[in-house]
Amino acid sequence: MSTSPAATVPWDRLIEPDRVHSSLYTDPAVWEAELERIWYRTWVYVGHESEVPEPNDYVLKSIGPQPVIMSRDRQGEIHLLLNRCSHRANLVCDAPKGNSSAFRCPYHGWTFANTGALLGYPFSSGYGGRELKSELGLARVPRMDSYQGFVFGSFAPDGPSLAEHLGAAAGEIDRLVRLSPEGRVQLSAGWLQHKVRANWKMLLENETDGYHPQFVHASIFAVADSGIGELYGEKSTAVCRDLGGGHTENDLRPEFRRLGEPLRWFGTTPERLPDYVTRMRAAYGDDAERILVEGSPHVMIFPNLFIAEIQIFVLQPVAVDETVQHVTAIQFAGAPDFNRRMLQQTIGSVGPAGFLLADDSEMYERNQRGVQVRRPEWLVLKRGLHRERLDECGHTVGDATDEVPMRAMWAHYRSLMEDRR
Amino acid sequence: VTEVEQFLFLEARLADEGDYDGWEALWTDDGVYWIPANGDDIDPTSQMSILFDNRSRIALRVRQLKHEKRHSQNPKSRLRRILGNVEILEGDPSGAGEDAVVGANFIVYESRERGTTIWGGRTEYRLRRVDGAWRMARKKVMLVDNDRPLATLAFIV
Repeated sequence: MSTSPAATVPWDRLIEPDRVHSSLYTDPAVWEAELERIWYRTWVYVGHESEVPEPNDYVLKSIGPQPVIMSRDRQGEIHLLLNRCSHRANLVCDAPKGNSSAFRCPYHGWTFANTGALLGYPFSSGYGGRELKSELGLARVPRMDSYQGFVFGSFAPDGPSLAEHLGAAAGEIDRLVRLSPEGRVQLSAGWLQHKVRANWKMLLENETDGYHPQFVHASIFAVADSGIGELYGEKSTAVCRDLGGGHTENDLRPEFRRLGEPLRWFGTTPERLPDYVTRMRAAYGDDAERILVEGSPHVMIFPNLFIAEIQIFVLQPVAVDETVQHVTAIQFAGAPDFNRRMLQQTIGSVGPAGFLLADDSEMYERNQRGVQVRRPEWLVLKRGLHRERLDECGHTVGDATDEVPMRAMWAHYRSLMEDRR
Repeated sequence: VTEVEQFLFLEARLADEGDYDGWEALWTDDGVYWIPANGDDIDPTSQMSILFDNRSRIALRVRQLKHEKRHSQNPKSRLRRILGNVEILEGDPSGAGEDAVVGANFIVYESRERGTTIWGGRTEYRLRRVDGAWRMARKKVMLVDNDRPLATLAFIV
C-alpha cells in the first residue's frame, strides 16, 4: 500500500501522446501529486544571486506554495532557508527583502543567523541546561545549486544534479548572459506579482505556445504596428524545440538570421543604442555581430522559470486553480542605455495592466473556466505531429506554431508522476 | 475646490464608462499616467511599475482598449468608483498660471466574469489650465495593495 499522492492518479489514462485530460488542471489529487513529485522534489528556480548582492542581503522567495528565504551570509555564501521558526512555527521573516545578519522570531525571541543557525533563545535556563542550538536551526532546502547566478533548490536530498536537470537549457541561459558586455544579468528592477485564477500548467504551456500570439495579442500588434506576430505565423522560419527534461523553447533565430540586422530582435538599431553596441563589440569582438543579430532566448525551463527575451517570469502555483506569475525586466551588467529601454518596454508589456500579459491572463482564466465544462473532456495537442523532425543536436523541433513544446512538457511530466523511486 | 472636484468626477466617470476618447482628451500633451508597484515612492526609471505611460503610450493604451481584440477589456469591466477626501496639496485651485496638485482617495468596484474585485487607493493628480479648461498633466495611482499579487486590471484605474 502506497501513501504517495501520485500513486492514486491513473496517469496513463489522463496523459496520451496527443491529448491530455481536463482533470489535470482541476483535480485536487493531481495538485497534491504535483507537490510531491515536482515542487517538493525536482529542481525549482528560486531567485538570482544579483537579488542579494551584498553580504547579509536577503529576499523572500518561494518553492511552490512554500516561503523560502534566500540569504547571503557575511562570507558571501547563499542559503535557502524555510521561513518557519523551529520553536512554535511562527514566520521569522516578514519583509520581502532587506539586509540583516539575523532573523528574530517575534513570538518568543528565538534568533537565527542568516545561515539558518540558531544563535540564541531567551531564558535559556528553562531548558534545564540542554543546549538546543545545534539541533534547532532553521530548516534548509536540502539541495541548492546555481547556474550563471540563477539559484535553484530541490527538496529531494538526492537526485539528478542541477546540470543534469538543465541539460540543453543551460545553453539558452548562456545565450542570455552573453547579451551582457560583462556576461552577467542583474535582476535589480523589482517584481510585479500577477495573480490569475488558473492552474499553473495553463501558464507553463502558454509560455512557448507559438500558435496564440497572432490571436491573443492581435490588438497590441495592430495598434503598435508590430511585426512580432509574423514571427509566429505560417510562413515563419522560426522553430519550436523540445530541449529535453520538460524544457522547451521558441527559437526565433532563423528569422533574425534571415533578416540579418543587429538588435532587430529588440525592435531597434545599433544607432539607437551606441554605448551598448560599442561595449558589446569591445567584449566579444567578431562574435558581437552574431550575438546582436540572434538576440535573446525564449525558453521555458521546467517547471517555473520562463526567460522571455527581455523578461524573467517565475511561475508560482498556490492552489490547483490559482497561480502567481512574478515578472521583472532583465538588466544586463554594463548596459545602462539598453537597461533603461528594456525596463520601459517590460513595464508596458507585462503584469496586470500589460499590453501583452493582461490578455494572456484573460486567456488562462477563460481556459480554467473551460476545463470545468464537462465535454469533450480532452485538450488536443496534435498540432504539427506530422512535421516533427530532429535537429542537428537530436532535439525534436516543429514549425513556429506547432505544439512540440506541449507534448514535450507532458511527456516529461508523466515520467515524473510515474517515477517508481 | 468644487470646480476641481467636478473635473475629478468627470475623469472618474469617463474611466468608469469606458469613454476612452473623452478620457484621453483630458490629458495635456506631456501627460504621465503612473501606477507604481512595491510602494508609492519608487523610481520608475529603475524599478518595475504596474503601469508607467508617457503621453504617446497613453494614446497607444487607448487605441488598444478601443480594439475589439483587447480581450482583457472585451467585454469591458462594469465599473463604478467613489472619490473622497479631496485635498488641494499644492498650487492654485483657481488655475491662474501654476499647476494644482490634488489628492483623493478612491474605491473602484469592478465586475467581470472572473468575479467582483474591489480596488482601493489614493490618486495624486497634477492639473493645469489649458485654454480655460482643466487638464491632467499627471495621474499617479497608489493602490493600497501594490506590493502584493494583483489580478488583471486592464481598465483605466
